[in-house]
Amino acid sequence: MGTREMMLEKIRQNKPAATQLPESWYFDSEYADTEAKFTETLQAIFTQVVVVKNGEELLEKATEMFGDVVNRASTVPALAGWADFSLQVADPHELELIEMAILEADFGVAENGAVWISDQYLTHRVLPFITQNLAFVIRRNAIVNNMHDAYLRLTDTTGWGCFIAGPSKTADIEQSLVIGAHGARSMVIFLLDS
Amino acid sequence: MSKTTMDHAEASVAFNKDESYVDWHDETLWFVRQKRDRSSKLLPEWEQLRNTASQIKDYVLSHMDELLLSFEQKAKENGVHVHWAYNAAEHNEIVLGLLNRNRITKMVKSKSMLTEECHMNEFLSQNGIEVIDTDLGERIVQLRQEPPSHIVLPAIHLKKKDIGDLFHEHLGTDAGATDPQYLAEAARQHLRDKFLTRRAALTGVNFAIADTGGFVVATNEGNADMGAHLADIHIASMGFEKIIPRQEHLGVFLRLLARSATGQPVTTYNSHFKKPRDGQEMHIIIVDNGRTAQLGREDFRNSLKCIRCGACMNTCPVYRRSGGHSYHNAVAGPIGSILAPNLDMTKNADLPFASTLCGSCSNVCPVKIDIHDQLYKWRQVLAKGGYVPKAKEAGIKAMSAVLSQPRFYQWSGKLGRSVMRIMPFMVNNQLNPWYKNREMPEPPKESFRDWYVNNRRK
Repeated sequence: MGTREMMLEKIRQNKPAATQLPESWYFDSEYADTEAKFTETLQAIFTQVVVVKNGEELLEKATEMFGDVVNRASTVPALAGWADFSLQVADPHELELIEMAILEADFGVAENGAVWISDQYLTHRVLPFITQNLAFVIRRNAIVNNMHDAYLRLTDTTGWGCFIAGPSKTADIEQSLVIGAHGARSMVIFLLDS
Repeated sequence: MSKTTMDHAEASVAFNKDESYVDWHDETLWFVRQKRDRSSKLLPEWEQLRNTASQIKDYVLSHMDELLLSFEQKAKENGVHVHWAYNAAEHNEIVLGLLNRNRITKMVKSKSMLTEECHMNEFLSQNGIEVIDTDLGERIVQLRQEPPSHIVLPAIHLKKKDIGDLFHEHLGTDAGATDPQYLAEAARQHLRDKFLTRRAALTGVNFAIADTGGFVVATNEGNADMGAHLADIHIASMGFEKIIPRQEHLGVFLRLLARSATGQPVTTYNSHFKKPRDGQEMHIIIVDNGRTAQLGREDFRNSLKCIRCGACMNTCPVYRRSGGHSYHNAVAGPIGSILAPNLDMTKNADLPFASTLCGSCSNVCPVKIDIHDQLYKWRQVLAKGGYVPKAKEAGIKAMSAVLSQPRFYQWSGKLGRSVMRIMPFMVNNQLNPWYKNREMPEPPKESFRDWYVNNRRK
């Protein structure tokens, strides 16, 4: 008998009597204002939220905030002219030079400030991690209350996806919070009106 | 990297030599526990979430084989290679085989307590593979050639001066530098070079999902993703109990995990891996290493519900004042003390005794494991099996003899009170373990029984 069969056989012998799943695993979070909650949560995790009316205003804001940065990359069509770093690279290691990436993402979660990004929005999975600084653009109406709502919405069938909540951080040195561990050193969320 | 062979009590004595250090360690962990309290109280449904998580995990334990088979089938359909390992040696051989086949001699690794349990780094190192731990806390303890002292906060036992000295020696930072920002930046630069040059990455698994074949890895630093997305081959190692039935169940577990661990609403990165990227190989190793045996122990199988948040350690008065290394096991603290005897009763017989049975661990556990009850039950099992040290066993036998004979009990109580009154030095000395760190109480003049006999007619 191989290892697999042996493990499964022992599990069958040793597992307890069958129990049922709970009737529900959904809990509602009734926020008066989901966007306000999302913004408040993000501020607490060192993330700035910027509301923009449309693609033009997004371009204006991006230029104003990150105009003097070199190696700017974006997956947002409205920012094609703003970017000076092409994402058309074969080897993801080449993305190491990126200073600022502004990326389209799917939706946000008010209770914890997380944003869902996946293969659907990226040509290279490492992009949101390898860039020195990161911003996401999501639709203003694409914010759900909590993680239960998030998984109801998540019909993403691509090969990889990630909830990202704020910039990368560590507290491994005497519990002192340091922003910018291995991933992004800063994070901005643009909420797009239309 | 296991250095210590002292039992928990001896190691605690050593840990307690520097009082201000122990106080600092105690307060630091209590601070984390308080963050957990504040964060959990923000959710009115917290207790219902714990119940729901516990019930889902009960379902997992009782349907483990079916869930694993479903996971395996889906993962294979997703293009992921699935391996099964009965013990630590098989797990380590599989990893080595994959690296050898790809002619890789250097690998980055994100946090995985399973690989600590399997002593994988030592094994790979003996076989010519260099493994770099990329979680900052893990890199720190790796450079110090010691194991993590906490599953979530691996270097919680170290002061910034210790880390400054270590980085000065290994990473060339300025002598005497202790600024966390500066030290973390040095580690970022050092590890970025490793991420960019390593062709293999190993990660742990926080949750494996039976209905999608995917798995989730949670980090705050982003190190799991930096490693996995740049490497040609991604190996994920999981204890089989990490399985959950459906992706939607993550809603429950991710709301509980970070809040219980550090008080954050969620970890910064919750990466959902399902298919390898183009040109990449993805492997999952499903590990037993004693878990099937634990599943068969009715009193202890609930320990397999653990989601490794570390809340039981942060709250434990014994852990906070003895340090993770005193538990001489990959997983320390209360949960480690109920997992470890299953792995080796001889080596770990001391651990269930490293507790006051106050129950705080069970109260904070996000999946409601009856940790303190299990600690108590392990004591019975270990004493019956003859694993308890002779002195402790003799003490227990003497206690049993006294307590089972009322007259003998009365006489010995009287004798004890007289001795403590007339010759206090007989108990207030270093030969009496109860005298350590405490004053013996003033002996009462009479026992409760004597008082009752004298007073019941009044």
